[in-house]
Amino acid sequence: MQVVRPRSILVALAASVSLFATSCEKKSAAAGAPAGDAGSKGDAHAGEIVFGEVSSLTGQEATFGTSTHNGILLAVKEINDAGGIDGKKIRVITYDDQGKPTEAAAATTRLIVQDKVHLVIGEVASSRSLAMAPIAQSNKVPMISPSSTNPRVTEGKDYVFRICFVDPFQGTVMAKFARETLKVDKVAVLRDVRNDYSVGLANYFVESFGKLGGTIVLDQSYSAGDIDFKAQLTTIRATSPQAIYVPGYYTDVGLIARQARELGIDVPLLGGDGWDSGKLVEIAGDALEGSFFSNHYSLDDPDQRVKGFLQKYEAQFGQASDAMSALAYDAAMIAAQAVRTAGSTDGTKLRDALARTKDFQGVTGAITIDSDRNAVKPAVVLAIKGRKPVYAATVNP
Amino acid sequence: MTELVQHLINGLSLGSVYALIALGYTLVYGVLQLINFAHSEVFMLGSFAGFYAARWLPAFREEPRFLVVLAFAMAACAFVGLAIERIAYRPLRDKPRLNALITAIGVSMLIQGLGQLPFFMGPSPQFFPSLLADGQLLDLGGVSLRKLQMVTFVSAVVLMVGLHRLIFHTRLGTAMRAVSFDARTAALMGIHPDRVIAFTFVLGSALAAAAGILVGMSYPRIEPTMGVMLGLKAFVAAVLGGIGNVKGAMAGGILIGLVEALVVGYGTSSYRDAVAFGILILVLVIKPSGLFGRVVAEKV
Repeated sequence: MQVVRPRSILVALAASVSLFATSCEKKSAAAGAPAGDAGSKGDAHAGEIVFGEVSSLTGQEATFGTSTHNGILLAVKEINDAGGIDGKKIRVITYDDQGKPTEAAAATTRLIVQDKVHLVIGEVASSRSLAMAPIAQSNKVPMISPSSTNPRVTEGKDYVFRICFVDPFQGTVMAKFARETLKVDKVAVLRDVRNDYSVGLANYFVESFGKLGGTIVLDQSYSAGDIDFKAQLTTIRATSPQAIYVPGYYTDVGLIARQARELGIDVPLLGGDGWDSGKLVEIAGDALEGSFFSNHYSLDDPDQRVKGFLQKYEAQFGQASDAMSALAYDAAMIAAQAVRTAGSTDGTKLRDALARTKDFQGVTGAITIDSDRNAVKPAVVLAIKGRKPVYAATVNP
Repeated sequence: MTELVQHLINGLSLGSVYALIALGYTLVYGVLQLINFAHSEVFMLGSFAGFYAARWLPAFREEPRFLVVLAFAMAACAFVGLAIERIAYRPLRDKPRLNALITAIGVSMLIQGLGQLPFFMGPSPQFFPSLLADGQLLDLGGVSLRKLQMVTFVSAVVLMVGLHRLIFHTRLGTAMRAVSFDARTAALMGIHPDRVIAFTFVLGSALAAAAGILVGMSYPRIEPTMGVMLGLKAFVAAVLGGIGNVKGAMAGGILIGLVEALVVGYGTSSYRDAVAFGILILVLVIKPSGLFGRVVAEKV
């Protein structure tokens, strides 16, 4: 995810959490984990494993940071409560980057050079992960991004991994879903030309949908911030598609859906994780009923692992989990597993162990790391019913 | 054919909004020779006034909700327009015109910036409530005309006709035209220019508020920066029609709306803004006074 997606409901909470985080020392031991032994200072970290975390605990994207932080805390607490790894407990050192790439870079340097962490977890936003990745790479410390979807984050950096899928994958997922589950032949595309994310999704959708035997009847575009989409939609209407792929952000999609219905277009709209906001249905009203979008994870996935995670998360933090915390939880769990299989905290050995991750059963699905250090994993498709996103299907890569 | 008619209907309803906003630019320019850049922010505030009125004031929850909210927003914005004129423009009345122009840009930025603070409206978009039940009004072989589109168009036309009558058939309108022609001579004839100018701002701002409500209903995503693009387009419309000319602003607005609908419908949306501003440049090159503009300068 690369752009701010404000979730105002969480903002108040996030603000209080971040205030807490900054007021009581920047450097904090994970709440769930026992604080490091007094003798563990210095570079040896004898008897413990140290993960560094860089998150946007304050700033505009504070909800992303706090969710990620909570997810990591929950995973680490579970591992430590179960006795740690080979008798060693995990300690997390967290720095706030205020949502700024430069701060993220500085925090990463500090974690690696000063705190000598064994592994770095971060960031949500691709722009900040891109600032962190070269530092981790040149110091040969493995880095795991839980939710940066821009392909460039891991490109050409053999110490940098991610456990979410990349932007192009979502386009492919939706093409597969439209063709195989919805069984539609004719789809129109309406993309946001000012947004790389939207263009990327649309390109891969067009390519995959064609390969699967479908026809793209029309490829239209708009610019984020427009309020009138009736001209594009009127042209789309003339081609009578069976669905319209609109991989934009929720603010525009809400209006597009409304205007589509006003023009009498009643086919489902399809989209990506940019739709994931409570504001979406608020703006669209009933216009999006029966539409679908791809996402990392669903709150009502029938999978037992997801249900268990949701319960634990809510018991610990008193609020519902979101995709960010689920991804962060999986990131910490995969990191821990890598330490276990490597039997060492050496950077190169950890990297090799991470690269071997195969079919890791995470909350966000079975994760396999491919040769480009990206996760190969299923995506979920959510349907909008009764103004709420509900689980519709899991699409495997 | 149905497609073309649909594009024309869409263009007309969008164009009538541009026209309403353009009137505010043109009125103030006609009287003061000032391009009031804060006008697009008054339009945005009109939208938000309607939003808060519909949400917080219980009296506005009953029918005729639309008219009451509209009247409230117009009154609120009339006040805002008055305040802007009194605080920011009047002290600069005798200074070079450039000072007032820069101040106008400043006021525009100030309102936009303040609006984005969480204490006021906040940066994230809000959902404008539906004040009127929308529905299909007409469906002719695939051409759909919505009630809201009709309401937008009719409201705009009613307001524009009202404005036209006011300017050309009332004493106040005569005073406005007199001040526009020559403020000093008008003052000698017993007209109070300050009052007339203040009234011009009230009028323009109220029209902007009406546009704000109409936009909010048709495109229910409102945010503090919503005025920027719409305001610029309306400004282009005003220049296209001949700035300072009321009929020109109406024609210019509707023309821009139609052109945009056709460009996006038969070309690509990427050229939407480019075409609108391209028209501005062409007009300035070929006929600087605009479609309806007079070549003679009003002030000597």
